[in-house]
Amino acid sequence: MELFQFGFMRRALAAGMIVGVLCPLIGIFLVLRRMSLIGDSLSHVALAGVAAGIVSGVYPPAAALVFSVAAALGIEQLGKKYPEHAELAIAVILSAGIGTAVVLVSYAKSINIDLFGYLFGNILTVGPGDMWLIAALGSFILVFVGIYFRELFFIAFDEEGARIAGIPVKKINLLFTILVAMTITLSMRIVGALLVSSLMVIPVAAGIQTAKSFKHAVLMSVVFAQISVVLGIVFSYHLELASGGTIVLLSVVLLMLVLGFKSLSNK
Amino acid sequence: MNMEKLISIKNVSFSYGSRPVLENINLDIYRGDYMGIVGPNGSGKSTLLKLILGILKPAKGSIKVFGKSVDIFNRWERVGYVRQKASFFNLGFPATVEEVISANIHSGKGLFNTSVKRCRERVYEVLSHVNMEEYGGRLIGNLSGGQQQRVFIARALVNSPEVLFLDEPTVGIDLDSQREFYCLLEKLNVNMRITIVMVSHDIGVIAQKVNRIVCMGDGKLICHQNSSGEMIPEVLKKTYGDWISPIIHDH
Repeated sequence: MELFQFGFMRRALAAGMIVGVLCPLIGIFLVLRRMSLIGDSLSHVALAGVAAGIVSGVYPPAAALVFSVAAALGIEQLGKKYPEHAELAIAVILSAGIGTAVVLVSYAKSINIDLFGYLFGNILTVGPGDMWLIAALGSFILVFVGIYFRELFFIAFDEEGARIAGIPVKKINLLFTILVAMTITLSMRIVGALLVSSLMVIPVAAGIQTAKSFKHAVLMSVVFAQISVVLGIVFSYHLELASGGTIVLLSVVLLMLVLGFKSLSNK
Repeated sequence: MNMEKLISIKNVSFSYGSRPVLENINLDIYRGDYMGIVGPNGSGKSTLLKLILGILKPAKGSIKVFGKSVDIFNRWERVGYVRQKASFFNLGFPATVEEVISANIHSGKGLFNTSVKRCRERVYEVLSHVNMEEYGGRLIGNLSGGQQQRVFIARALVNSPEVLFLDEPTVGIDLDSQREFYCLLEKLNVNMRITIVMVSHDIGVIAQKVNRIVCMGDGKLICHQNSSGEMIPEVLKKTYGDWISPIIHDH
């Protein structure tokens, strides 16, 4: 295909496909633990990190990674103060993220154009450095999930039961939250900070509808995400659209199709 | 006769904030016991179970599990736990019965310590104990309450535990399933020599099924006796209050 003659398109596709594995893989555990909002919260903090990186001259994805990991730790710590209101810590960190991003953007108005790509996703901006970062951290996340798959499944299904079974729930939860932060930072270039949590949630929503088992749900979520990412990148190139919005809209269309087929087959 | 002590609770007290829940509890659980812990809501029986399982930490006193302080005990595969039906998991969770049970298989450290084939064999072995072997591939959320509870017993049995704790296991389950459930527990206790400790508020049933009964009220241990199928009216009054009038029924 003509569009893959260009290096930036090959990079965008490779990065997109990695993101299309990581987002639903992490997202399914978030959705099943009813923690979908954490993705939104950390992506807004990551955006503040990007703004801080641009203002201070630091590589923005690295600054975003530091900010979002710090926010993930902040959610864990704040959550301990409100054990009966887990969503409160997430909402506080989300607000802090938006507040910081807005202050930094207003401090240096000239960064608005650079920030736009991080907000909504821009495939043209995936450089060789980004590609290496996505591949390296993506591999780390995959290995972690592979090693702790049983534990993550057990905690998502029955956290108290997992604790009684001797699983170090606190440690794994903390590491997992850091992985969520890493996944969001990696995915920002492709889908944008405002839409990254959608890629963690919508393909999973479709995958769960078709699932015959948990592993099947994971597989189908990844398949739906891959279809959305690949077609989204192709369409956004040809139609000159923001890649993030195109990918997310395609995943919504897929979800609607799945729900439609399911309700027809149940009749 | 010198019976082996599996769990030892000494002078244990616990509070939720400033509200005392348990006061100076002393209790030993021996190998082979089929024990029922009964009492009204808020009497502290589930809290006691959570303390034994290490989910909560006592404010005072000590708890030993298989001779070790619960703080440092790490052989949790020797202990099985079944919770109240359907109160803890999302019915839409896309997991099969096989996946739910195999998640509890204690495989030690590392990814490949227990082979997939061995795991499957073990899962279907415990499913056969609860007469559910044909349900391994079914989604857990699609089963009835009684079937789900059998799956959770199978999950608790998968590591061949020596003691099984059950917290209000028959709440929300129909009477036929309850009858089958108690038969299964008796089989596990008598045939497989598994020590069983069951928390319940249904004193009428528990008094007939178990061989040791512990009554709790207001965070205190009111009585602790071998069960002969009948409860002494004074003990019932102390546990549940003056308004109680015992009617023993069979399930």
